[in-house]
Amino acid sequence: MSEKVLMKGNEAIAEAAILAGCRYFFGYPITPQTEIAAYMAKKMPKIGGTFLQAESEVSAINMVYGAAGAGARVMTSSSSPGMSLKGEGISYIAGADLPCVIVNIVRGGPGLGGIQPAQSDYFQATKGGGHGDYHLLVLAPNSVQEMVSLTIDAFDLADKYRIPVMLLGDGTLGQMMEPVEFSNDNISHVYEKPWATVGTQKKRKHNIINTLYMSPEELEYTIIERQKKYNSIVQNEIRCETSYLEDAEYVLSAYGTSSRIVETAVHQLRKEGYKAGIIRPITLWPFPSHIYKKAAEHAKAFLSVEMSMGQMVEDIMLAVNGKAPVHFFGRTGGVIPTPAEIVSKVKDIAGGNASE
Amino acid sequence: MKSENIIIAGFGGQGILFAGKLLAYAAMVAGKEISWLPSYGPEMRGGTANCHVVISEEPVGSPIIVNPDVLISMNRPSLDKFENSVIEGGTIVVDKSLIDRKVTRTDVRVKYVEATKIAMELGNAALANMVMVGAFLKETGAFILDEIKDAIVKNIPKTKQALAEIDIKAMVAGYNA
Repeated sequence: MSEKVLMKGNEAIAEAAILAGCRYFFGYPITPQTEIAAYMAKKMPKIGGTFLQAESEVSAINMVYGAAGAGARVMTSSSSPGMSLKGEGISYIAGADLPCVIVNIVRGGPGLGGIQPAQSDYFQATKGGGHGDYHLLVLAPNSVQEMVSLTIDAFDLADKYRIPVMLLGDGTLGQMMEPVEFSNDNISHVYEKPWATVGTQKKRKHNIINTLYMSPEELEYTIIERQKKYNSIVQNEIRCETSYLEDAEYVLSAYGTSSRIVETAVHQLRKEGYKAGIIRPITLWPFPSHIYKKAAEHAKAFLSVEMSMGQMVEDIMLAVNGKAPVHFFGRTGGVIPTPAEIVSKVKDIAGGNASE
Repeated sequence: MKSENIIIAGFGGQGILFAGKLLAYAAMVAGKEISWLPSYGPEMRGGTANCHVVISEEPVGSPIIVNPDVLISMNRPSLDKFENSVIEGGTIVVDKSLIDRKVTRTDVRVKYVEATKIAMELGNAALANMVMVGAFLKETGAFILDEIKDAIVKNIPKTKQALAEIDIKAMVAGYNA
C-alpha cells in the first residue's frame, strides 16, 4: 500500500491518466477544471508526453480524434460550455469507433451559465450531445479516490470497446481535496490496436478512419454493428453502489456530489426511524435500470436528488416503469442541495404531502 | 484530535485555503477521514475566500458544511455571513485586529485574537492565518501543536523551508495569545 496524499479531484484525474499511460492531452482552460490542464502542462513534458493548449475546444477535440486514430491513449477535459463545443468532435470519434477519455467537470448552465458546481449536463452526457445514434460510456465518481480508479478504468474501457468514455464530475469534486492512494492495484491493461493508422510499412492494407457513408444501407450496417457493442457494454459494464437497500421503503438516488449529500441525509433519516436507502449509479450510461426495477418490488417511493431541474429522474422513471411513485428534488445553477432539504422532502413524501 | 466541521473564512490572500489544508493534512496523517473544499470563483487578493474542512471518524458524506462546529473568521464579511450558522455550543475564533465588532451570539464560545497585529509584529501581516490556527488549537484542543508543526513542514516546498520556521513561530504566538 502506498502513502496517502492530499489532492484535488482535478489533479487526481490528471495523475491517474498519466498512470494509465495517457501521453497526449489536448485542452482549453475553463473553470472549474483548469487544474487538470495545469497538472498536465507541468507533468507531460517531463515524461515524454504531449500537453497542448489548443486555440479552442473544437480544435482540442479534433486533436484527440487524430491521436486516438493513431492508437494513442489520449484525453481532453473541459467544463459544460466547453463540452458543448466539443460535441461535434465527440460524435465523429464515436462514429469512427475510436477510444479516448473526455472529462466534464460540470458547472451551471445553460449558456455561459456560472462557474459553480452543477449536474445539469446529464442529458448531454448520457443521451447524446452530438448528433447521431451513439453512446458514450459515462462514469460518475463521487470521491477523489474514485476519480483516480475510474479514470484508469476509463482508459481500459475505451480501448476494450473502442468507444469514447466520459468521466462526469462537477465543480465540487474537481476542487475538493481528499486523501488518495495510487496503489499498485490500479494497473492499466494494454490493448492491441491493429486498426490504428500508424503506417502500413507496405506490409498490410491501409487502415481507414472515416465517418462518411453515402449509401444508407452501408451506414445503417455500421450503426447496427456498433449497437452490438453497446449491447455488450450494457450486459457487462454496469456499475452501481447501493446502501441500506434491503429494507428500504424510501429509495433515494443520486450520483457524484449529490450522492455524498444524500448519504448524510440518509444517515439522519435512519436515526429518525425512516427506512431510507440509496442507489448510486456509477455508470450513468449504461444505466443500472435492473437495480431500480428490483428495488421497486418493495419500495414505497423513489426520490432522485440532483443538481439540476431533473434529468436522471427520467431514467429512474423508465426503470421503475410505474411500479412506484418517483419524486424529484434538486437545486441548480450552482446551488447545492443541503441534507436538511432532502430529509424534509422525504418526510413530505412519507407523510403523503408530496406530489410526483 | 476530535471530529470537527470547520469553516475558515476571510479575504483572498490571507492564506485561508492554506490554513485549511494544514488542518486537513494533519487530520489525514492522524488517520481521520477528511475533506477540504475551497470556495472558488473570480477570487483574488482582497476578495472573499473560505474553505470547509470536515474531520471525521466515519467516511465523509457531504463535504459541504452547513452548520460548522468551528468558525475561524478573518474579516468582518465572513463573520457577518457565517456567525449564525455555527452550531449551539460551537466555537468562533475572531481576528480582533480586522473585525470591528463583537460576536453577538451568546450560545457559542468566542476567542478574540489580535492575529494580524501579532503577525505584523513578527514582520509580516500574511502570517495572521498561522496565528489564527494557533489560537484555534488552544481554544478547541482539536489538534496537538506538534501535529500542525509537522503539517506545516510537509506542506511547504523543500526549497522554502525557511518559511516553515516563521509559520511555526506565528502559530505558537497565536497559541500563547
